[in-house]
Formats: sequence, C-alpha cells, structure tokens
Amino acid sequence: MAALTRRLLCNTAWRQTVVPSLSSFGNRNYTINATEQQVLSCAKYGGRHCVTLMTGDGVGPEILTHVQEIFRYAGAPIDFETVEINSSTTDAAYLEAALLSVQRNGVALKGNIETKFDDAEFRSMNVALRSRLDLWSNIVWCRSFKGVNARYDDIDIVLIRENTEGEYSSLEHESVTGVVESLKIITAEKCERIARYAFDFAARNGRKKVTAIHKANIMKLADGLFLESCRKVSEDYADIKFSDMIIDNASMQMVSRPQQFDVLLMPNLYGNILSSIAAGLVGGAGLVPGMNVGAKYAVFESGTRNSGRSLKGKNIANPTGMLLASCDMLDYLGHHNVGALIRESVLDVIAQPQHQTPDMGGQATTTDVIQAIIDDIKPKTQTSLQEAQSG
Amino acid sequence: MASTLRSSRLLLQKVGLLSSTTKPLSTKRGAGEPLGKVAKEVAEDVTKQLKNRFAKKAYFPYPGDPKLFVVAQHNVHTGAASHSPVQIAEPVSHPEGRNKVTLVPGDGVGPEIMLSVRDVFSAAGVPVDFEEVFISEVQPAQSVSVDTVVDSFKRNGVGLKGIITTPSSFKGGVLQTLNMKIRRELDLFANVVWIQSLPGFHARHNNLDFVIIREQTEGEYSALEHESVTGVIECLKIVTRANSMRIAKFAFDYAMRHDRKKVTAVHKANIMKLGDGLFLQCCEEVSKMFPDIQYESMIIDNCCMQLVSNPHQFDVMVMPNLYGNIIDNLAAGLVGGAGVVPGESYSQDVAIFEQGARHSFAEAVGKNIANPTATLLSACNMLKHIHLEFHSMLIWDAVHRVIKAGKVRTKDMGGHDTTSDFTHAVINNLKH
Repeated sequence: MAALTRRLLCNTAWRQTVVPSLSSFGNRNYTINATEQQVLSCAKYGGRHCVTLMTGDGVGPEILTHVQEIFRYAGAPIDFETVEINSSTTDAAYLEAALLSVQRNGVALKGNIETKFDDAEFRSMNVALRSRLDLWSNIVWCRSFKGVNARYDDIDIVLIRENTEGEYSSLEHESVTGVVESLKIITAEKCERIARYAFDFAARNGRKKVTAIHKANIMKLADGLFLESCRKVSEDYADIKFSDMIIDNASMQMVSRPQQFDVLLMPNLYGNILSSIAAGLVGGAGLVPGMNVGAKYAVFESGTRNSGRSLKGKNIANPTGMLLASCDMLDYLGHHNVGALIRESVLDVIAQPQHQTPDMGGQATTTDVIQAIIDDIKPKTQTSLQEAQSG
Repeated sequence: MASTLRSSRLLLQKVGLLSSTTKPLSTKRGAGEPLGKVAKEVAEDVTKQLKNRFAKKAYFPYPGDPKLFVVAQHNVHTGAASHSPVQIAEPVSHPEGRNKVTLVPGDGVGPEIMLSVRDVFSAAGVPVDFEEVFISEVQPAQSVSVDTVVDSFKRNGVGLKGIITTPSSFKGGVLQTLNMKIRRELDLFANVVWIQSLPGFHARHNNLDFVIIREQTEGEYSALEHESVTGVIECLKIVTRANSMRIAKFAFDYAMRHDRKKVTAVHKANIMKLGDGLFLQCCEEVSKMFPDIQYESMIIDNCCMQLVSNPHQFDVMVMPNLYGNIIDNLAAGLVGGAGVVPGESYSQDVAIFEQGARHSFAEAVGKNIANPTATLLSACNMLKHIHLEFHSMLIWDAVHRVIKAGKVRTKDMGGHDTTSDFTHAVINNLKH
C-alpha cells in the first residue's frame, strides 16, 4: 500500500488532488507544492536541488546536522549551502549574505534565531528575513501524533497566518517622553492575499471550514479591514464554510474544545499566539513543523519558532519538528517519494515510547531517535529507489 | 567423477558450507544407485546451506580470501564500533537500494569503453543497474528512436552516454542532428567540462584545474539556416534572455557549490553587440547575486590565446554554445586529449555524463586501443551525483593511481597498452 501511494504521488496528476483517506503516511497526508514561479526560483540541476541551511541559535545547529545525516541515508537529492547566522552575527553583512543565499536557492531550512528583547537596538533577524523575502504566509499544521501522549488526540487544525505586517511592522517611537506608539499596519492587499491563500489551501485539501480570528470589536478599523477582506474572499468559495471568532474567545475555545476548528486564518500576532497554543495541545514545540511561503521563496522551520537555548549541547532536544519541516520541504521541491519515506519513518519511530525524548515524557536522547530513524529508513530505501524510477 | 565430487565436497566442508553430518559419498551411494543422484543430493544440501546463510545475511569467510577484512560499523548513539565482517567496506552513509541508470553506448569506441566501465563497476560492487539503449545517426538500422532514448533518460534521471557521431555532409531533410534533438527534448541546457591535469602524466600544461560551462541549446546550434537569395545563406544565431540568465545562474551556482572563486564570461560582444551583448549583460546581472565570487569577462579570441599561454588564470568559465564547443576541445588538448577529460550535461531534472571532448574515435573500433579514462571519470562523477560518493572515490582513486604509476598507458598517452589492460589495472587498484 505504501508503495502504491508513493507511486501515485510521483504521478503529476495526483499532486494537486491528494485524497485524505490515504492513511499510510502515518497521519500527515497533505503536501504543499511549489507554484511555477516558485519552481523557477529554485536551483535545480540534474534532479538535485541546492538548499540554504540557516543554522540559528540553541539546538538549531545540532538538529540540522541530524537532518543532513538522515537525508544522506534516505538518498534525498539535496545539496546544502550552509549559512552561519545566529544572534551573535549582528553585522548587517551576515543578513545580506543569508538573504542572497535564499534568493539564489529559492528554499531554506532554518533554525530559529534568537531575538534579544533587552536590547532596543537589536532588530529581529527572523522578521527581517520574512519581510525582505516577502514570505507572507505562515502555515502550521497541528495534527495529533499517533502514540504521543498529549492533551488531545483528535486535533487536526491548519493555522494560516499573515507573516509580514500587523504588529510586526517594527514601527515604534516615543512621541512624548513616557508615551510609546507602536504601529500595527493592516493593508487590504495583504489581507486579501492571505485570505485567498487560506481558502485555496482549504479547497485544494478538502477542508470544510475557514475561521477568521480577529479583535474587530476593539480595533474596529484595522481588524475590521482584515475581517472584511476575509469575508469578501469567502464569497468566491461557496463550498467552504466561513466563520469568524474573536481572539480571546478563540484562545479559550482552543484549549477547551479545539476539535471545532478546521482552518484558522489570522493576522500576524494572533497567529503567533494560537500556533503556539495548538502546538502545545498536540505535544509541544519540538514536534510541530512550520513553513513560510511567499510568491517566490519558501523557508521551512519548526512550527513554534523556538531556539531551545536551554537544551543546547545536552542531546535531549526533540528533532521531530525540524525533520517533519524538512519532509515538507522535500514535498515542496517535488521529491515526494523521499519526503514520504522520511516522514513515515519519523512518525513510526516517535510513536514508540522507547524513542521519545524527555519533552514527550520519554528517556531517549536525540541521537537515539536519529539512530532509530536511520535504522528504519535503511531497509526501505532498497525498494524506494526503484519505485521512484519506475513510477 | 567420484573423485572430483569428493574433492569438491572436501572443499565445501572446509568452508563450512557442507554439514559434516551428510554421509560420505561411498556410504550414501548404495549398490546400483546412480552417481548422478548422489551428486544431486549433495548439490541440494549445499544450496540449502547457502540459502540459510544468505537469509542470515552473514558473510562466509573461506581461507585465503584476499578481500576479507573487518570494518567497523559505528553506532551513532554509543559511538562504539561493533565489528562484523563484510565483503566491501561499507560507505559512511548511503541509501541501500540499487540505482537504475540509462546507458547509451554511442558510436565508435563507445561500446568497448562502456564494457570497461561495466567491468570496473562490477568489480567495485557498485549498486547500479544499466538500462542500455543504442542510438546512432550513422547506423540507423540498429538505432532506437529519439523518443525511446529521451523517455529512458527522463525516467531514470541519470545517464551515461558515449559519443554519437554527427556526419558533416547534408543529404537533405532535417538540419537538426540527433545530439541536438536529444538535448532539445531533454532541455539539457548546461554542459560542464572539468579540465583537470592528471598527476603523473605530463601534458602541455600541468596542475590545471578549471571548469568550462557551456550553454548548449541555442546560439549557433539553433539549426535555422536558409538560402534567402541563390548563393546567400543565412544562418541564425539565437540568443535569448531566459536561456542566458539560466546558464549564468547555473555557472555561478556551480562555482558556489564547488567552492570556486572566479567566473569568467567569454563572449564576442565587440562584434556581435546585441547577441553576445545580451549574454554578457545577463552574466553581469547574475553576478550581483554572488558577492563572494569574482566576476570578469573576456573576448573569445583573447581567451583562446590566454588558454594556451597562461591557462592557470582561469577558474570557472561560462560561454555560449559554439565558443564552448571550441574551448572544450582546446582545453582538453592541454591536459591530454579527448581520452582523459570527463564532462556532464544538465537540465533541471536530468543529468547525463559523457566525455568532455566529443570524439567517437571511429578509427579505433575493434582495435582495443581507446583510452577509457574520460568515461571512467565521468562515471565517477555520475556516482557522486546519485549519492554513491564512496564508490565514486573508490574508482576515481584507482584510475588516478594507475595513471600516476605510469606503468599502464594507452596509445594516446604514449604507451602501448590496450583498453582491457588499462581496465584490468584499474580493477587491480580498487582498494576495498
């Protein structure tokens, strides 16, 4: 069955219409494919891609090393261009180099860069990367993992977040001493763009409902515009139910009855908060992958964007989130069979209690998990290569 | 017959394949029982034992096995090495499956050289299966169609290709040659020839190490020629912005990936101000995205002179189609000729590995004198491309060791050894 599904996925006609009932990928059946423009921005020659690897802070560098190791065993046709960027490389030249590298390769896998909040001069490099590359949508898919102990085991929520404006516009000033104005920018153009993306995503993947999250009762103009744009776009999608919810209520509903949500559509800050809540409900920061997609480029990272500074060097960080993000990246690049292969192994392995890291309530170390995944992948590659070619 | 059986039986017992509990021949063979039946029984016993052993995936050592040695399989977790005997040292990490690769033997000495590649591959235990398709312009009767070849390349994504001869005479019909058709169909826009001196072999220049990247889908090779007025032929050279940007990006990406420092664009924009001008402009534009790589340009005639007088100044060179063709051959001549320089062609999805300088060497067919070095080295590049770095290095080292020792040399390198001698030397130098 797994073989059949892989073969079907290799077939171009199948890429757009993935049927959710194909359950052999563990419990993740949806893939995001690159659009034509995105494909053109990728550096792909002879079937091999070059991908930028931004190391980041905390456990980022170690986990990304493990990702590369697993890619080698699985035979993923990816070359990495490593860019050392973290909170200590504050010089603008580093950021420029990283930006150019993503522009050259079209795709990046990224560890999170810590943002110091006690230093007013320190501008977030994560935000700079997202806005300069115009990565306007952030997608975090929170789905309960089989075999993982969590608050709920029946969650399946896609959180789609506007990624470039709103509260993250970095426009703050002290107009009078003691009075700080922080500007939240909402534009009709960007709201409509993200709304259309969310509805497209829902339509493509057979989702039933899109819920817009806002605070239009207080910010009547700004969030009002967001809500209005979403409502306007929803009229084009008759099959998909549209509803809206205020952020404070949504947060409460999220922890008390999360099963009611399907696709969530949010401006920047609310998205940040709700993604973290949802990730917490299915097992925590180490498990959930995330992706940032713009018109031309895509950056893949962990869903909640934690750097895991306290875990650094202890060999106990959970590699699952980053590995699943790298599988999403393989799907995006069109290497569906390798992506499915790794994803299947990762999900199989972490479902076993002896391969769960301390954050999941287990005793295993990061290298334990990686070794188990490699042991699982190796025999599968014997057949997957042939299938990929004959398919 | 009986004595042969007995001795082979002894041998099998020695290596532990035949259980000693099996009754000896003399007792087993009752009166009137045919010898053949007993032999069959013994054979079945051996087969069973073999099957058991393979099922356990254990390697069975026998005395005097030259290849037997112990390799450490490291456990990522504990860092401890558990020792298990295997036949070939296991690569650091690679997928376990076998790869399928399209093989186009080509004209001239192509088939002979591919045989040498096959021999070396099987001796090195390379997990590659070839899908052979024969295509030729000069032997149309045995040739398959272009579609078949293109399909095979597309399906496998990787190919090893000999040279397909293109006759110069025009007998009417299509202007496009077979090579051009394949390249067009697959959109193989980039050709890479890595000029590298072979240590131990003295050519015109030594210690050369530079890369020639050539656009190979448009330019002079567009196959658009016509006689507008009697006696006047117009031959169109097409330069497009899209293709120029693409090859320039490829060249810089290649430089980046292979840790190169400089890219030189070769052109004739002083004469063809618009055509080559566009190419040059695209290279300049792309270079802005690569601040770490030095960019310069050079006019083709000067470039040729510099190549023969001072070739060490070059690192990566990027150029349109025809200039690339000429420079490829010129540069191959600097390090030892068509027999020693590997090359590769890329599209987005397909990579084809072939000789760097495209000569089929038809004069040498059947003489067993052609030099397989170029094709062996491009096969190494192919292995690297499909994640088999270990096998790639194994063969690459062996070829270089043979050439450095200088004892076995084919005619083009100044020796008198045959293709098969060279192949055997390479096989003997594979260090498992």
